[in-house]
Amino acid sequence: MSSGSVLGFLFPPGIFTLAFMQNAWVAGTAVAVVSGIVGFFVVLRGSSFVAHAVPRGSFAGAAGAVLIGQSTLLGLAVFALMSSLGIAVMRRGRENTVATALVLVAALGLGDFFLSIGNVYAPEVFSLLFGQIVGISRQQVFWVLVISLIIVVVVAFAYRPLLAQSVTPETAQVRGLRPRLIDAIFLVLVSAAATATVPVAGALLSFSLMVGPAAAASLLARRPATAMALGVGMAALSLWIALWLSYVTSWPIGFFVSSVCLLAYVLARLSMMRRQGHGKVLGSLEGAPL
Amino acid sequence: MNYLWQWVWPPGLWANSDVRTAFFIGTSVAIAGAVVGVFVIIRGQAFSGHALGDVGATGAAGAYLIGVSALWGFLAAGFSSGIAMESLGDRVRERDIATGVVLAFMLGLSALLLYFISTSTGTAGAPIAILFGSLFTVNPAITPEVFALTALAIVIIALIYRPLLFSSVTAEVARVRGVSTRLLGLMFMVALVIAVEESALVVGALLSTALLIGPAASAVQVTRKPTSAIFLAVLIALGQIWLGIILAYDSFLWPPVDRGWPVSFFITSLALLTYLTMRLGTSISRHRRSRRPRTTSTSSLVASDAQGGTLT
Repeated sequence: MSSGSVLGFLFPPGIFTLAFMQNAWVAGTAVAVVSGIVGFFVVLRGSSFVAHAVPRGSFAGAAGAVLIGQSTLLGLAVFALMSSLGIAVMRRGRENTVATALVLVAALGLGDFFLSIGNVYAPEVFSLLFGQIVGISRQQVFWVLVISLIIVVVVAFAYRPLLAQSVTPETAQVRGLRPRLIDAIFLVLVSAAATATVPVAGALLSFSLMVGPAAAASLLARRPATAMALGVGMAALSLWIALWLSYVTSWPIGFFVSSVCLLAYVLARLSMMRRQGHGKVLGSLEGAPL
Repeated sequence: MNYLWQWVWPPGLWANSDVRTAFFIGTSVAIAGAVVGVFVIIRGQAFSGHALGDVGATGAAGAYLIGVSALWGFLAAGFSSGIAMESLGDRVRERDIATGVVLAFMLGLSALLLYFISTSTGTAGAPIAILFGSLFTVNPAITPEVFALTALAIVIIALIYRPLLFSSVTAEVARVRGVSTRLLGLMFMVALVIAVEESALVVGALLSTALLIGPAASAVQVTRKPTSAIFLAVLIALGQIWLGIILAYDSFLWPPVDRGWPVSFFITSLALLTYLTMRLGTSISRHRRSRRPRTTSTSSLVASDAQGGTLT
């Protein structure tokens, strides 16, 4: 195989020059970065159910927005916020998760209703559920970048309190941090990340981008900041690989995102087991200095 | 009055063979979901139930591609992942993330299979039916199989009823007394898979939770006794599914299109509404009771465990 054909295989024509692919690269990278950042806190707090429920709840918003001819992102944002608000309110009761699951299912049922009323075309349904790289417009890229920037700024300001409250809630409260407020910030962050991620990776699989790389990174890194950086890097790499595969095969990107994320997680588990096998004691994040 | 009756029992309802099939299959599925669901709540396995439904989509999509009834696809995927989940054991914290990542992968796989289906048929009909269900288009030929599966689930629950309840509430004590929690867990998993995947057939893979834990969670709000919880859950489930079918049938005359609203939408909304009403009702009556001197109830068996049941 000549070097030309290798390059031709790695960079098939149009992968960087087609307008929709340029949109996909920019939006995809932004989405991966925020998924890595928010995913770090999701894993640390053990809130994977929230990360699972919020993007799904937002699906109804996207379907409803298509129905009334509004921007999908707006619908996603409204329903993501409503889902996380619902979770926050229900959490006070004792059977929080049962209630959350029922709200989530009802939201999906509402999405089904919008779809059937609106006569939405098959490709549109698919891109909402499983992500599709062709569907991202220039305008959506702009808003994805804005949302991502907001997330990064919020995390930069709230990093310490978020970390402290996530790792040791009791001490954090003693130190005068307001747990309600920090919970609210966390939920808003997850909603914002879901709004940005769903158009790219789909409502059903945004979860894997948020949890997979961050979980893998938390196994490998000892310090919180390293874990977050590693998670961001792995999320970006996973998304780039998935984008490339999706372009080459024209299969839905969500499939590749979830496969690559599973692979990253399995590899991290294996390498952790090998290291433990060599007698090294792994420092967990919980013992790390803040 | 006559108008109201027309609404409750619209003309031509029973003459429609799709509606009749929907009633038979829906009734059977609702009973299985409610009976098993009560134990799902007591055992705190709502997340397993939810995950099994999602995973079913992969199997149903595969079944469609090879031309088999979706029910068998749902069941095959459900049994294989249910057994895998059960053998993962109880290492709680790690297991949660691991289940999540594997679940996401299975959903990704179903994305691929559904994509193949929709590109080969050019419509979203089959994928939407798998994900969101369509009770009116279920093939009437599988009615006997659905009845048999429901019967099997109920026989399993009846056989292991006492030890299951015992081990669900206090696993340690049960183990000391010589109850094989492993075998029990496995047998319960079989009943759970049947209930979940039958629900998935009726309301879709993504919405199966509505029939599994909706009625049971509502019933547990009202009564603390397992037997009455089961009966109440069955009643609620039947009410939900019958009302859902009738409303969906009525909705063929509703705006904005005379095509009818999805029956799954009605069933999931009714599930949430019932639960919220029950919860509100009990919290109001509890609030009233707490003004009087407290009487501690010793039979808060179900309540204490529903509390520990987390999805994370």
